[in-house]
Amino acid sequence: MGHSESEALDVERIREDFPILQREFDGEQVVYLDNAATTQTPEPVVETIADYYRTTNANVHRGLHQLSQEASIAYEDAHDRVAEFIGASGEREEIVFTKNTTESENLVAYAWGLNELGPEDEVVLTEMEHHASLVTWQQIAKKTGATCRYIRVEEDGTLDMDHAREIITDDTAMLSVVHVSNTLGTVNPVAELADIAHDHDAYIFVDGAQSVPNRPVDVEAIDADFLAFSGHKMAGPTGIGVLYGKKHLLEEMEPYLYGGMMINKVTFEDSKWNDLPWKFEAGTPVICQGIALAEACDYLDDIGMENIRRHENELAQYTLERLDDEGDVTALGPPAGVERGGLVSFNLDSVHAHDLSSILNDSAVAIRAGDHCTQPLHDKLGVPASARASFYVYNTREEVDKLIEAIDDARQLFA
Amino acid sequence: MGIGGSDMYRQQILDHYKNPRNYGEIEEPTFTHVGENPMCGDEIRMDVVLDDDEETIERVAFRGDGCAISQASASMLSEKLAGMTVEELDAMDRDDVTEMLGVDISPMRVKCAVLAEKVAQDGADIYFGEKDLDRTSTED
Repeated sequence: MGHSESEALDVERIREDFPILQREFDGEQVVYLDNAATTQTPEPVVETIADYYRTTNANVHRGLHQLSQEASIAYEDAHDRVAEFIGASGEREEIVFTKNTTESENLVAYAWGLNELGPEDEVVLTEMEHHASLVTWQQIAKKTGATCRYIRVEEDGTLDMDHAREIITDDTAMLSVVHVSNTLGTVNPVAELADIAHDHDAYIFVDGAQSVPNRPVDVEAIDADFLAFSGHKMAGPTGIGVLYGKKHLLEEMEPYLYGGMMINKVTFEDSKWNDLPWKFEAGTPVICQGIALAEACDYLDDIGMENIRRHENELAQYTLERLDDEGDVTALGPPAGVERGGLVSFNLDSVHAHDLSSILNDSAVAIRAGDHCTQPLHDKLGVPASARASFYVYNTREEVDKLIEAIDDARQLFA
Repeated sequence: MGIGGSDMYRQQILDHYKNPRNYGEIEEPTFTHVGENPMCGDEIRMDVVLDDDEETIERVAFRGDGCAISQASASMLSEKLAGMTVEELDAMDRDDVTEMLGVDISPMRVKCAVLAEKVAQDGADIYFGEKDLDRTSTED
């Protein structure tokens, strides 16, 4: 790296924890730049998963035997660890384990939205929402008669905050906003948006899928009512997402899924719900994934979330500068010099994003190409698709250089 | 590389992408139809002229926008279709398109490759009253 600011982060040492980064395709070492889609899993997390199945595996909450007790304690404690990671003082009672960010969005949309929204209500979103939130609230609005409104995205990839103040009104029941855009890299002022929402007695749901993995996030500093994120984008396994909710809100909400584990007492006539968060975790939960996510939190905290934020921003800035030098590249989102999440989406004048991604694969450079689950945003920007390079703790400037070289090769092929 | 790399971009594909054949419009086509591959954002419109007995394809023109695979496939198809019967067009499948392209198409890109073929087939089906459709989508 050789850049002083990054020295807090020993990338070479970190890379040793990720053997997948040593994989080669036809002699080319993989350059994994698709971290906004999913991150790789470090050895301590892989070991936790293997250890759990080797030594502790049992169902939770109901067994009186030793294995079940151990698994239950580890699984329940994992909720506390995740709560600590995002600054939730209510501990496990404010942390629901789900399948992914999308399910966390749906949980609130169904359990709260379906019951509370009506034709007089408005749900405010942003034009840069991921489909996980956009489609969910759009469809819940259709079912309830509520109206969805969208905060405009400016030319520079930031939210039009005047427009936000204009459309967040006393009619607003929910503001659902992405913290860091998975397409633009924009870091949205979620604390300011939370204040605006709360001034109008609206709730704010923060999509933290691209922020919790990459920067310090404190739900209480933001004053988020709900926040969602996924384990597999933060060095954890797939199959686990998190919903943070303020305790009093989760208490008031009806369950989303019914079944075993989420009940206290069941008769033929009626049922009483279990305590938080188990009320929202019906059926056998994501035991191993939850325990592994707690390990991922330890892993990231050891590196330091502030260090990760700085490292990602630096790589993104460097990528933007290199792409800007190319002359025929249009990058989306905030210009170089503006703090952003660790990703850059772009288009080449002469090579379609999908062709670029296919050709980059020849150099073992893995990027994403497509609409990144933000079709309406791409429509607004007037591009059908874009290529996206996204970074994590183990990526280096040398890898960005390889990306640029591979782009040059693609351009030559199409020249 | 195996699938997915520049193996897909052999000279023939790049040539058709850079110099598309039959690109443009036909003034009074027998039928015209448009379709898209929403995954890629590819769009292709095809104008087709049938002969008087409406059994054989005389001419095809296309226009569109999108990735090299989708556009080269449309260009090559526009050449291939001239002289074919509507029945033969209907019988075309994914393998015929792959054979026409002469390269292995990675699974993720098959939709790009078959878009033009689907547009031509749907266009014919709509013209002969066998289908009711505004736009073809590779996602349907």
